[in-house]
Amino acid sequence: MTPATKEEIRDAFRRGSAVAIAAAPFAVLFGAVAVDNGLTIAEAALMSATLYAGASQLVGVELFNHHVAPWLVVLSIFAVNFRHVLYSAAIAAHIRHLTFWQKATSLFLLTDPQFAETERRADSGIRVSYIWSMVLGLSVYVPWLCLTIIGGFLGNLIGDPKAIGIDVLLPIYFMGLVLGFRSRANWLPVVLASGAGSILALHFVGSPWHVSLGALAGILVAAVLPLDGKEAATLGETVEGEA
Amino acid sequence: METFFHTQTLLIIAAGAIATYLTRIGGYVFITRMKRIPPRVEAALNAVPAAVLTTLVAPAAVTGGLDVSLTLLVALVVGLRLSVLPMLAIGWIVVMTLRHVIG
Repeated sequence: MTPATKEEIRDAFRRGSAVAIAAAPFAVLFGAVAVDNGLTIAEAALMSATLYAGASQLVGVELFNHHVAPWLVVLSIFAVNFRHVLYSAAIAAHIRHLTFWQKATSLFLLTDPQFAETERRADSGIRVSYIWSMVLGLSVYVPWLCLTIIGGFLGNLIGDPKAIGIDVLLPIYFMGLVLGFRSRANWLPVVLASGAGSILALHFVGSPWHVSLGALAGILVAAVLPLDGKEAATLGETVEGEA
Repeated sequence: METFFHTQTLLIIAAGAIATYLTRIGGYVFITRMKRIPPRVEAALNAVPAAVLTTLVAPAAVTGGLDVSLTLLVALVVGLRLSVLPMLAIGWIVVMTLRHVIG
């Protein structure tokens, strides 16, 4: 193993661990909620292992409890996860050099933080390698799976997420990710448009469609605004990306 | 087998997993089919992180109640200077304090 590869592994593991720490309460919460809603621990673990998408997993198990039609549960999971379509389109240029199976396996691990870290790495001018992607992804995936199982055993000991203050952690975490991109072209108009768009869509259309509709508002603003100054803006991101 | 997995649950999880994987490869498959990416599409793709991740924050800031709104405001100020982990720590302390005080 070359020193450069070691450095890549170290960087990916360090970043992945920070993500795993931030995501830890939600993995435990998911396991507990799943068991409370009648899933077995094995089923909760299988869901974490195969869906590996926190918000949609929580939506899914909530619906299990309400005896909703199975196709509607699947459709809801799809709607919540629809944003990944945009993610895989956005990082396409950064992973194009990988082989078919490397892409097939690394895209399986594509989550919000995985996407954000991949964009940052490409922004700072470093080629996104397979080993870096997999170490980053797996250092989040393995704790996510293990903590789901622990949450399942704890079950209803967890209680109300609001009472222990973990309901604010996810919005704060995503806010941190948004701020990490603030030197990009048209960042403020995009954020304002998708913020307003998602709030309006939540009110008039409802969850989970507000995510896709709000994102669409921000993306449209970016597409119609003048293209000038884009190159200069993306270069400044190296320092911000250290978060 | 029945005590670990129920057939219907298993099928829903499998379908949900396939649907999720399709979203993860869908954008890549679609965009690489395009021969050349127009500058406007590139600008749109460049806005994806801020546009999508904002929608996971903004609704909570206005519908989550005064305690959540204030906490997110503090987190925003902290986030302009510090990284994500201090944001989480300070945000958690603020929301717990507010809930203790407001009740």
